[in-house]
Amino acid sequence: MTLNQQRKLKTILTGLFAWSVALVLFFPIFWMFITSFKTELQAISVPPSLFFEPTLDNFRIVQERSDYIHHAWNSVVTSFGSTIIALIIAIPAAYSMAFFPGKRTKDILLWMLSTKMLPAVGVLVPIYILCRNYGLLDSKTALVIIFTLMNLPIIVWMLFSYFKDLPKEILEAARMDGATPWDEVVKVVLPLSVGAISSTALLSIVLCWNEAFWSLNLTASDAAPLTAMIASYSSPEGLFWAKLSAASTLACAPIVIFGWFCQKQLVQGLTFGAVK
Amino acid sequence: MSYLTITDLQKHYENYHALRGINLSISEGEFVVFVGPSGCGKSTLLRTIAGLESSTGGSIELDGRDITEVASSKRDLAMVFQSYALYPHMTVADNLSFALRLAKVSDAEIKEKVRSVSASLQLDALLERKPKELSGGQRQRVAIGRAIVRQPKVFLFDEPLSNLDAALRVQMRLELARLHKKLGTTMIYVTHDQVEAMTLADRVVILNAGQIEQVGTPLELYRQPNSRFVAEFIGTPKMNLIPANRILRNEDTLSIDIFGQQISFPANRLKGPLPDSVVIGIRPEHMSLVETDGDLTGRIELVEHLGSEAYAHLQLSSDQTIIIKAPARTELKDGQEVCIKIDTSELILFNENDRVISVIPEEA
Ligand SMILES: Nc1ncnc2c1ncn2[C@@H]1O[C@H](COP(=O)(O)OP(=O)(O)OP(=O)(O)O)[C@@H](O)[C@H]1O
Ligand SMILES: [Mg+2]
Repeated sequence: MTLNQQRKLKTILTGLFAWSVALVLFFPIFWMFITSFKTELQAISVPPSLFFEPTLDNFRIVQERSDYIHHAWNSVVTSFGSTIIALIIAIPAAYSMAFFPGKRTKDILLWMLSTKMLPAVGVLVPIYILCRNYGLLDSKTALVIIFTLMNLPIIVWMLFSYFKDLPKEILEAARMDGATPWDEVVKVVLPLSVGAISSTALLSIVLCWNEAFWSLNLTASDAAPLTAMIASYSSPEGLFWAKLSAASTLACAPIVIFGWFCQKQLVQGLTFGAVK
Repeated sequence: MSYLTITDLQKHYENYHALRGINLSISEGEFVVFVGPSGCGKSTLLRTIAGLESSTGGSIELDGRDITEVASSKRDLAMVFQSYALYPHMTVADNLSFALRLAKVSDAEIKEKVRSVSASLQLDALLERKPKELSGGQRQRVAIGRAIVRQPKVFLFDEPLSNLDAALRVQMRLELARLHKKLGTTMIYVTHDQVEAMTLADRVVILNAGQIEQVGTPLELYRQPNSRFVAEFIGTPKMNLIPANRILRNEDTLSIDIFGQQISFPANRLKGPLPDSVVIGIRPEHMSLVETDGDLTGRIELVEHLGSEAYAHLQLSSDQTIIIKAPARTELKDGQEVCIKIDTSELILFNENDRVISVIPEEA
């Protein structure tokens, strides 16, 4: 084999591998998607049928039984709201830790991350009681607060590791040019971090969008986001796979479309370090 | 009158004492170069002056104002970094005008200043480009332009040329010298390239392990070093250092024994008492090869031809070699025995503490 052929083979093999991984990851979503167009009977038939006459009944029933727009709006408000608040807190925090590290900066970062190791259910009771006492049960406010706190460590951590890699001298140059700390952040750090901040924000939005534990436990109907809507199809009258799939498809769709549009930022942000 | 006065400046890092009592005064318009081996504290000193590092003792005064505790942004100093540190998201024009915009200078004035600076640095054609679309030399120009545009009180340079290739470096060095002449602004320049130091500086500050070893004009440092450290640091090839075992005084000459050969030295050029042993220092160009009547003899080990001149490496004894500057067309052969004549008026004596104990005679 010549070197060129070897190279080609390598490209083909890595391509194949990447595609198989992608397919394995994508399959459940694909299955959910087609199941949502089946009747309940087709949905549970063994062996599963790949060819069938698609129906939109499930979607109609889901919309009739639960107000999709209402839940979708709740999801949008809670995920975007909490992400914006978290960013407002996290950007200055990450900035100061990255550019003015103290003796304990590493410890603080680790401590923040360690809060993510605690199983959420461990604090369910106290948080539930707090929400109840402040009249926040089934309110979007409660979810926004919880989501903000939930994602803050990850956002700070991601921004910190990005800021840390920004060449320090650029900020020092700005300082010598007469920039106040505020100027430094607004005119230098933020413009240089657009990619990192948008991908961090996107990740946070996705995490909030898919959050189920707190949504299920703290909301009933008024503030229930899409995840809570899906869940309502799994319990009371047994499992209805086709309707469940339709609800899930509806819940996924907005975020998938949003993610599609933000693909460029996401890739740029995940590969970071585009400063040089 | 002193423009920038540094008094007993100290800098302690967590577990390292980087600046150990720096005292220095710089007059307005002077070009001062800090040199020294890697890790001696040049950058730390410069950054402390800039306010990018806080000092842990002592004071800095600029133009009659104590700036020790003043924020960098308020010190009215401009700095050019080794990595250029241009703002990657701004065009060249925006990089140049950033400081002016922060200072709320009027648009018309900004435009005029950017225009004149970019013209003088040949950046006119590049104003709309981003830093990543520039070559290293062009980036360097932008970095310098960004400093000039503000008309600061002092320019600080931290090894600004070290990322450029050799040819460009020489060219930029000349441009900097020209710039200094034109602007007449005080400049402080850090380098570990002694050619840059010697050619650019009005005065050179030699730093060693966080302390000032010697301050002087380039020629003073070359001819009258205070210590063995300075003598060895300045000059390429290095000054020859030869240990001498016995030193005898008869009347008004000293007789110094080098590997069994004697050289004589006027006693009135000795400072202080006669030590037991000395190290003599002599630069390669202050020795010559002669047919007869030499002070020392040695055997040629190797001759390096540089075109305009040649350097002969000579062996004086089994473990002592010296370098002598020879004419370009020398026909010395390896292994040849030669006589060496020393210009004793340029001879320097060091005591066992590496301090200089001789004086150079005044030029006739
Ligand atoms: N942030 C820091 N923390 C601890 N020690 C430091 C720090 N910065 C510098 N030092 C130490 O201070 C000393 C002086 O450093 P400095 O950068 O001033 O050296 P330099 O003379 O500029 O060297 P070079 O020619 O290599 O640039 C070094 O020994 C260095 O290890
Ligand atoms: Mg340095």
